[in-house]
Amino acid sequence: MTAVAMASAGQRGAWTGALRIGLIGSAVALYVCLNGIVPIFHARPLIRDTISLGQTALVLTFLGAGYLATRRAPPGAAKALAAAALAGATSGVSLSVLLLVGRLAGIDVRAVFIQASPVLYEVLTLGTGEAGFWIPIAVGAIIGTAAGAMSLLPRRFAYPLLAGLLSVLIVGLFASLLRTPMLGGPLHELARLLFAAEGITRVGAVIAFAAAVLFGVFWPQAHLRRRAAELPHAQRRRLIIPLIGLSLLFFLVLPQVLGPFFAHVVAFVALYILMGFGLNITLGLAGLLDLGFVAFFAVGAYTVGLFTSLSELGLFTDSQCLALWDGFAVCPQSFWFAVPLAILLAMAFGAFLGLPILGIRGDYLAIATLGFGEIIRILAGSDLLLPWLGGPQGVINIPKPIDAPPGTPLAGATQIYYIGLVCAAVIWFVAIRLRDSRLGRAWIAIREDEDVAEALGVSLVQTKLLAYMLGAAFAGLGGAVFAGLIGSVFYTDINLFVSINVVALIIVGGMGSFPGVVVGAIFLIGLPELFREFAEYRFLFYGMALIAMMIYRPGGLLPSKIAQRELHVPDAVAPTDPGMVPVGERGA
Amino acid sequence: MYTRLVDRLTDLAIAAFLWGLRLAVVAVVIVGSFLTLTSGKYQTETWADLISFGLVLGCIYALIALGYTMVYGILRMINFAHGEIFMCGAFGGYFAATALGRSGFLHAGPLNALISVALIMLVAATVSTSVALLVERIAYRPLRSAPRLVPLISAIGASFFLQYSVKGLFGPGIYAYPDVAVLKEVVPVPLLHVRWMDLLVILAAVAMMAGLYFFVMRTKIGTAIRAVSEDQSTAALMGIDVNRAIVTTFAVGAAMAGAAGALYGLKFSTINFFSGFYPGIKAFTAAVLGGIGNVPGAMLGGLFLGQVESLGPTLFLDGLEVPAPNQLKDAIAFIMLVMVLIFRPSGLLGERITRQRA
Repeated sequence: MTAVAMASAGQRGAWTGALRIGLIGSAVALYVCLNGIVPIFHARPLIRDTISLGQTALVLTFLGAGYLATRRAPPGAAKALAAAALAGATSGVSLSVLLLVGRLAGIDVRAVFIQASPVLYEVLTLGTGEAGFWIPIAVGAIIGTAAGAMSLLPRRFAYPLLAGLLSVLIVGLFASLLRTPMLGGPLHELARLLFAAEGITRVGAVIAFAAAVLFGVFWPQAHLRRRAAELPHAQRRRLIIPLIGLSLLFFLVLPQVLGPFFAHVVAFVALYILMGFGLNITLGLAGLLDLGFVAFFAVGAYTVGLFTSLSELGLFTDSQCLALWDGFAVCPQSFWFAVPLAILLAMAFGAFLGLPILGIRGDYLAIATLGFGEIIRILAGSDLLLPWLGGPQGVINIPKPIDAPPGTPLAGATQIYYIGLVCAAVIWFVAIRLRDSRLGRAWIAIREDEDVAEALGVSLVQTKLLAYMLGAAFAGLGGAVFAGLIGSVFYTDINLFVSINVVALIIVGGMGSFPGVVVGAIFLIGLPELFREFAEYRFLFYGMALIAMMIYRPGGLLPSKIAQRELHVPDAVAPTDPGMVPVGERGA
Repeated sequence: MYTRLVDRLTDLAIAAFLWGLRLAVVAVVIVGSFLTLTSGKYQTETWADLISFGLVLGCIYALIALGYTMVYGILRMINFAHGEIFMCGAFGGYFAATALGRSGFLHAGPLNALISVALIMLVAATVSTSVALLVERIAYRPLRSAPRLVPLISAIGASFFLQYSVKGLFGPGIYAYPDVAVLKEVVPVPLLHVRWMDLLVILAAVAMMAGLYFFVMRTKIGTAIRAVSEDQSTAALMGIDVNRAIVTTFAVGAAMAGAAGALYGLKFSTINFFSGFYPGIKAFTAAVLGGIGNVPGAMLGGLFLGQVESLGPTLFLDGLEVPAPNQLKDAIAFIMLVMVLIFRPSGLLGERITRQRA
């Protein structure tokens, strides 16, 4: 509602501007409270006994309102501060109204909005009870003013300050990740000092803040990037190789240091990186939006499941090995035998599904593939395929690919992490080589404009089919690794959200960009796996991220080089007149 | 020469494959129906029940499909979040219905029940329209001139955002509309085995579709909408407010979906935050089936899809001795979706979209 008001009001004086931002902030603050983010995240402290994550969400809202108001305020520091205070205070109004209605007037808001609980009222009044209904407005004004003051500071001071606040937020969020390895080693006294059971201690917060401020003050003076660029080529190479080696070592050691729970999380992230690389060929290079990725994931998972399972559904027993020559035998029950088969089957399946639908236009293709995913999911859980796939009972008892007892470096999820990483590296190599080949250029041509590509002699169906089949093959590989990781395959694992996860991480990371996929997977898969609170709101954040990305950064967080080039050519900017047909529309 | 031969062969293989697929589906339908009908397992009344159920379902799909078809007609964009707008309407209707039920007004005789239903539908339509306008303003308007996949991805984002907002705001549980005893009674007409509720859904749907047809064909803003669908830039040159036409299209489509949400809730009783997703995709199927951009087509497509979904599992699959055919009800709808997109993407009645923009 407020957004619509904002559009129609236009530019009408500075104070109405601040008020409008405040009203939007008010709506956001109320939304964040009533949909449960504030009360549920309140259970997790950011700084022990000081501030919770739920409160942080509100603080961020007020900060945002204050910052935006200052940017549009009339010149003059006093006016800017007043605008920020006004926007911040207005942002708190809806919360005060909620307190008045829900607490003082005693109307049962909870009958409609289930999160309007006493806990929420406690958070909003800072524990002062009924009389504290004005507190959100006051806090909003204070925080808004603080944001305004910060944005008025010269960059020299503002950036280090911002770095300090960000560092407290990030260290607080990832406290448990840093604390677990430290507790085991000689640093455990330090860990006690800095980290609480959840979040950080006040001492920790001060240290994190101070360290980041110092870093923020001195980093710009080091000019590392420029100095590196100025180095002669040979010297730069000598610098880069140890850097690559270090990062490789980091990835290798990661699950060993973090312990079994986090090993599971990083294995999951590796799995999604691998699938992201696969779909990046279909979506990022060839521009085919495949919402049915899960269909091929299912083929891979069930193939490995049925081949290697030790339960009755398993197709083979331990003894069925084919001896080829001395000391070398092929066992169909082995994971290593099943995986290539799973990839081939998924690829064949991709050809089977791809052939009929690749002729249709882009947006219809997305819906058709979505349909495939759903059909496969329904069939996998149906009584029709029950004798083969186990229906609701699923395929269980799938052994890990490598027989490693607990405690050894390859135990449990760790080996899956390494397998996933190796597969991802292979796919990365294959994809990069393909992208730079004739086929890759044909894909990109199709993505940009189908008609022109066809006119230039690109065979549409063949080229698209290859992209689709390769995506399917890697989805099958992902499913196979998934079966090894979880140790079972249920039809409930085969759902739309697998496809949506992969699509979302590619879009957030940047279509066609491989480092982007890694970043996307860490943010979209790693974070929700780490925090149970995030997991509740995972798809809410995905939804927001998809919309925000499309509007503000269609190239993604780490756009590919090609996308970057395209987005920075001034002629390629899409026309603002809604009546004009943009160049790329027909090809999309 | 060699590559041309390969291309020809590939084309031939694809054509053969597609024909095989068509024949397989037709064979399943014919053989399955024949076996089911000759087995004599089902009485005429069962079929009549299924048909009337399909009619009610079809009316609801048709109402949702109108929104898809109108938005696609004017913006060439699949409004993926339309199913969620339907669901938001159903939630708005739920709160109105419980309020009316608690006050006792809902249960005080047939006339009060009718007024209540009208009120519930009105509330639902209002909620849906507000949500749709908000979504249009935030997620779609900035992307109007972007390549076509961009607004689709934004719409997918909006769809998830709405689903999980509703889950957060109202909880993940199942909400049950209050029972209206009067509407559950059977209409006292021989041979026709329908309840008042079913009749109400059908009549309301027909009235709304007639109203929409009048709105699009006869009113000034309806003419503007058709003009913008035909050619946006020319319409703008003729002095039509393109933005207003687009916003009105969203509002009208959402109002239809919201009213459909209330009817869905009253008929099927239970809703939750996910109940918009499948009806949404099925209604999209209906819109494509009728020819996207084509308003009467969407109505026909909806009715047809309702019948297929209601009759399909029993008629096609039971005779083939598929265990528990009703589990595959959604699969049939999705197969239908894929088939329509492959074989008849322009729909049964033809698209009303200018060729070069499609």
